[in-house]
Amino acid sequence: MELKKINDFTWEIPKQGAMRVPAIIYASERLLATVKKDQTLEQAKNVACLPGIQRYSYVMPDGHQGYGFPIGGVAAFDLEEGVISPGGVGYDINCGVRLLRTDYREKDLAGRRRELLTEIFKEVPAGVGKGGVTKLSRNVLLEILTKGAEWAVENGYGSREDLLLTEENGRMKEADPSYLSSRALERGIPQLGTLGSGNHFLELQKVETIYNAEIARVFGIEEPGQILVMIHCGSRGLGHQVATDFIELMENKLGAKGLPDRELINAPIKSALGQQYYKSMCAAVNYAFANRQMIAHWVREVFSRVLGSSAGMRQIYDVCHNVAKIEKHRIDGQEKLVCVHRKGATRSFGPGRPEIPAAYRAFGQPVIIPGSMGTASYILIGTKEAEELSFSSTAHGAGRVMSRHEALRRFRGEQVRDQLKAKGIELQSTSLKGVAEEASAAYKDVDEVVRTSHEMGIGRLVAKVVPLGVMKG
Amino acid sequence: MLTLALGMERKKGFIYLDHPADAKFQAFGRSLEEAFSQAALAVASLMWEPGRVKRAESRGVLVEGKDLEQLLFKFLSEILYLFEAKGFLLAAVREVKILQPEAESGNGYQLRAVFEGDRRNNSYSVFGEVKAITYHDMRISQSDRVLVQVVVDM
Repeated sequence: MELKKINDFTWEIPKQGAMRVPAIIYASERLLATVKKDQTLEQAKNVACLPGIQRYSYVMPDGHQGYGFPIGGVAAFDLEEGVISPGGVGYDINCGVRLLRTDYREKDLAGRRRELLTEIFKEVPAGVGKGGVTKLSRNVLLEILTKGAEWAVENGYGSREDLLLTEENGRMKEADPSYLSSRALERGIPQLGTLGSGNHFLELQKVETIYNAEIARVFGIEEPGQILVMIHCGSRGLGHQVATDFIELMENKLGAKGLPDRELINAPIKSALGQQYYKSMCAAVNYAFANRQMIAHWVREVFSRVLGSSAGMRQIYDVCHNVAKIEKHRIDGQEKLVCVHRKGATRSFGPGRPEIPAAYRAFGQPVIIPGSMGTASYILIGTKEAEELSFSSTAHGAGRVMSRHEALRRFRGEQVRDQLKAKGIELQSTSLKGVAEEASAAYKDVDEVVRTSHEMGIGRLVAKVVPLGVMKG
Repeated sequence: MLTLALGMERKKGFIYLDHPADAKFQAFGRSLEEAFSQAALAVASLMWEPGRVKRAESRGVLVEGKDLEQLLFKFLSEILYLFEAKGFLLAAVREVKILQPEAESGNGYQLRAVFEGDRRNNSYSVFGEVKAITYHDMRISQSDRVLVQVVVDM
């Protein structure tokens, strides 16, 4: 495939065939080599063929092959002529990350780390399809889908301040749960407040390096050794079912003929079906916000109980990694509203955007990029340049390079656990098989991913954190 | 000997292939019904060991698809729904029947089957989570034997 080098970190697939716009891939030479091995580039080209796409079809530095859209894919569509696609959001709607700061330092955890992790493991339901703590009624679930994290706060999970420090204040107002199937609701009821498995995790971390002290302080990160807590999970079976349902509804109504990949199925944004998907997706987004809000609350309770206090455990931010949003962007010199799909990408608004919490508005939005299990994670800040370069988006993680199957062939869960232990990282997990699948060697080098983001200016480095304890579902 | 051979063939009714992010498998059979059943076991085997689950209860399954791909997509999605909403672990698939009620118009399939399995309890180890079935790279080819290929989101 023709690939034009624009600069050291930018590659373009020129417009060809049915492409309506060119595609842009942000990658270092090293990351590009892995991107070329799978179908990422082909998928970025396919996205560029969709009606109403604006400017470019983008791939973020952690891009890899998805289904339909690549993971790490960002695409914005015109609200009149454009489309909305469940495959452009992903099955795990609002898979995202919440980060809490603490006043604790590594030394405060001396001898208590294991206990802390064990208690969190007891308190936060993990694992596959494990039931949550509360048996919800359908009416309460509908309220959660409408109000998101607001519902959680009203019911005693966390504080109002948490909402101000969450994307969308923890609630997408366009949500309308009446379009969700009964199956989606049935899958959602037992799973609220659960972490789930796969790549989802909860980590006790310590700050290792601060790259930008001024911004770090604004976010509440003061010095190396400071303890943070990271929660990575999504909308569970409810979100998966919403995607599954709308793929079928769109296929039956509009047909998948002429699409290079059936997973690219979409509907015009302004059509009734497009709107129904959007409003259902917003409901699933809210479910995930409520989910992370509850989990964060339980983590604070455990800190209180084990260490004596959870004062100072302010939320740094909560970001979505899989979502479609209506945002204002400048295109060809004109400000206009577009529907930005981010599938495995983090919003990275620069200073001044009204969507950013007041406390951060003068600086930019915190961008949280989790690494793979047992590796570093990063906190970045959104930039003004990202608006022009990537519809204000950057990477969302490390990105897999090895199949789960191959990981299972190569690694044993026990061995991965022992290696983590040797690095001083405690592990709690419901399944050693899951641990082997998530071995960090199965992932791209997250350091290289964030370096690319930083160099390109689509998200700049603020701090690097490393795990002390990992809870995996 | 014949039983043994059939038993072995059944065991090898599906294989996993490499896929960078998710799980991909191919399932085989002498008929569509057999290949679809094997695909169901391939999905279940990503989460638990169907062979270790008691056949304590059975559930009737009925799905419709406008083509075979959609039929397969919905049939396999049924396993995820039953697991997450009902706590049902699939052990075996019986009496699969694929029909084309309006065959003359050339569209619309119906699948009926019986799922056997058990309610989840602590004696079963559940070690994986399939988020969704996808159409990505899905293949259904029918010659002297039937092959279906599916990628699932994990």
